[in-house]
Amino acid sequence: MTITLDLAKERQKVKVVDISGGWGIRQRLGCLGIHPGDVVTVKKSAIMRGPILISIHGNQVALGRGIARKVVVEAE
Amino acid sequence: MKIALMGQPNSGKSTIFNHVAGYKAVTSNFPGKTVEYTLTKFNLFGQVAELIDLPGTYSLTSFDLAELEARKYLLKNDVDVVINVIDASLLSRSLELTLQLLELKLPMVICLNMIDEAERKGIKIDIKKLSEILGVPVMPTIALKGRGVKELFSAAYKIGEEKRIGRTLNFSKGVEEVITHLSTQIKKKQISKEFNVPERFLAIKYLENDHYFMENFKSRDKKIFKEINDFQNLLEEVHGRPPDVVISSERHHLSMNIYESVVLLTKPHTSLIDYMDNILMHPLLGYVSLGLIFYLFFNLIFSVGKMVEEPLLNYFYRLIPLIEKSINPNTLSFSIISGIIQGLAGGIAIVLPYLFPFLFGLAILEDLGYLPRIAFLLDAFLHKIGLHGKAIIPFILGYGCTVPAIMATRILESRRDRFIASVLATMIPCAARMTIIFALVAFYISPQAALAVYILNIIVIIISGKILSCLLPEVTPGMILEIPAYHIPSIKVALAKTWLRMKEFIFIAWPLLIVGSTILSLLQYYKMDMLINKFFSPLTSLLGLPLVVGTTLIFGILRKELSMLMLIQAIGTSNVAAVMSATQIMTFTIFVIFYVPCVATIAVLWKEIGSKRTLFTVAFTFILATILATITRFVY
Repeated sequence: MTITLDLAKERQKVKVVDISGGWGIRQRLGCLGIHPGDVVTVKKSAIMRGPILISIHGNQVALGRGIARKVVVEAE
Repeated sequence: MKIALMGQPNSGKSTIFNHVAGYKAVTSNFPGKTVEYTLTKFNLFGQVAELIDLPGTYSLTSFDLAELEARKYLLKNDVDVVINVIDASLLSRSLELTLQLLELKLPMVICLNMIDEAERKGIKIDIKKLSEILGVPVMPTIALKGRGVKELFSAAYKIGEEKRIGRTLNFSKGVEEVITHLSTQIKKKQISKEFNVPERFLAIKYLENDHYFMENFKSRDKKIFKEINDFQNLLEEVHGRPPDVVISSERHHLSMNIYESVVLLTKPHTSLIDYMDNILMHPLLGYVSLGLIFYLFFNLIFSVGKMVEEPLLNYFYRLIPLIEKSINPNTLSFSIISGIIQGLAGGIAIVLPYLFPFLFGLAILEDLGYLPRIAFLLDAFLHKIGLHGKAIIPFILGYGCTVPAIMATRILESRRDRFIASVLATMIPCAARMTIIFALVAFYISPQAALAVYILNIIVIIISGKILSCLLPEVTPGMILEIPAYHIPSIKVALAKTWLRMKEFIFIAWPLLIVGSTILSLLQYYKMDMLINKFFSPLTSLLGLPLVVGTTLIFGILRKELSMLMLIQAIGTSNVAAVMSATQIMTFTIFVIFYVPCVATIAVLWKEIGSKRTLFTVAFTFILATILATITRFVY
């Protein structure tokens, strides 16, 4: 079952299936090591629809809610 | 020999640069602090070499102005050797940039920095094997401690002399075929000569749809453009993904393969510092700690500043009457001498005691890596004023100095965000204005009143942000920000950074202060200040301030702290409370915080957001300051 990354729970491990945004967002996420097929762990979710913190290839990245909504993932 | 440091953000390029140049480039633990390149000349094996510290860039496709600057420099200048700085603990991701740099076919050396940090994380790298795969020397370093830097430069020197380039690694067969076909076409048309890059590099960039290379000839050569389009479609058809994703996946897989073949993973050593995020980024405790940290910071500045200011001021109080005894107070020379002394006193006794603890504290927070955490915590709030979390970084730097704050808005992706963030950054009380708040409001009224000034300032910024984002209702692109691991700050580096930032005050502001004081003395001696004061009298009487304040406001545009120091001279005593009431002190402070940015800020605004928008900012802040100060007069 696929969901968008902003809906993933804290400490959940998910696999990126697709990035539904345009060229810019695909490239920017790719630069930080987030490509389709990569496994990310949600570490924290800020209050008030704030950003989420994920761990990817041993590195931490904060994604705004709007960005996270464009990342389609499936639970591992 | 020209050597360029190139690498992903926060990999330690500036630290290596500073090791060679002395502390010249500001280093901090957050991605994207270097937004302009810095250059130094140094002696390398008896010859003069140039070292260029470029802004960090994740890839050779650029998204923000800082990244663009790095790529532009690399493509436009004849660099003899590139040092690709890599954060060893992020090897797999960093290799993606390395692969692109290899495609440029420039002589290159890899600097595997923070090798100690990588080992702590349980990543052991087979350096020899990595060097064999990429065909370039790989040099391990711990730049912060200066370890391996000498060997790095001797390797760079050798490669630069030999002009030896690394190996270009191939993608999978199908993709490689498309690249080869397109390269041949590019070679025929001789387009790559224009950009001064190899054909293969350009072919890949075209397949990736890189806007910079696309825009340049789209209008000129329709035919090749169509051909590129066909190749892109071919890739998309075969792989079922957009062509840029195909290329970036290829690069990603290649990097992962290299990573897996050279890295031996062991058990990571965790330390206490790794658990700090459990508190500092906690949905509730995170905000409590944020408030607490800034409250303690505020108190620290005040208590240190006051402790030093009082005895120093007392000393200068005693000095003036002594001079009065020996020189006739009605002569020109007395005016000049007392002007110089007032200028010196202002700098030593009033500005420095607050400036030093503030800048030092800021340096510690930056090096620790706290700033990106604040961006995470405040992202939701910044969305309310039409920005996103990353904008907090220029804002916090703005508490130090507005000029670097406006430069730092380059890390924001959209032009609109940069404009709003720049205007708001000018309203944040910089260190110069901080000394006014502390030395006037906190010192003569109360520390609580000073804290209230800061809180009022934040409220005004939020409201202004709301107004600006309503005027420009574009949606912010949203935050994508790396949160680096914490680093234990080095006191030595923090002191060096504090000194670098204080130098600005000591060597630029202070001389200006003394010259300003002298000019004011002369104006007073020849009674010319009356003319200026008269010109400003509508404003000063509206705000209920003494007439003599008028002149000081002009000086305040040169440097913000001048307005206070000139005030002291204009009213003829460093005991401000004897001449001005608490209301007047407060009104003056509020006006000075908000009105018209200083000259240096106006210059950088002009460069970054253009003349029209700069004039808008000047008018906007002036009107805002007048309104707020008038309200203060009647309400406070």
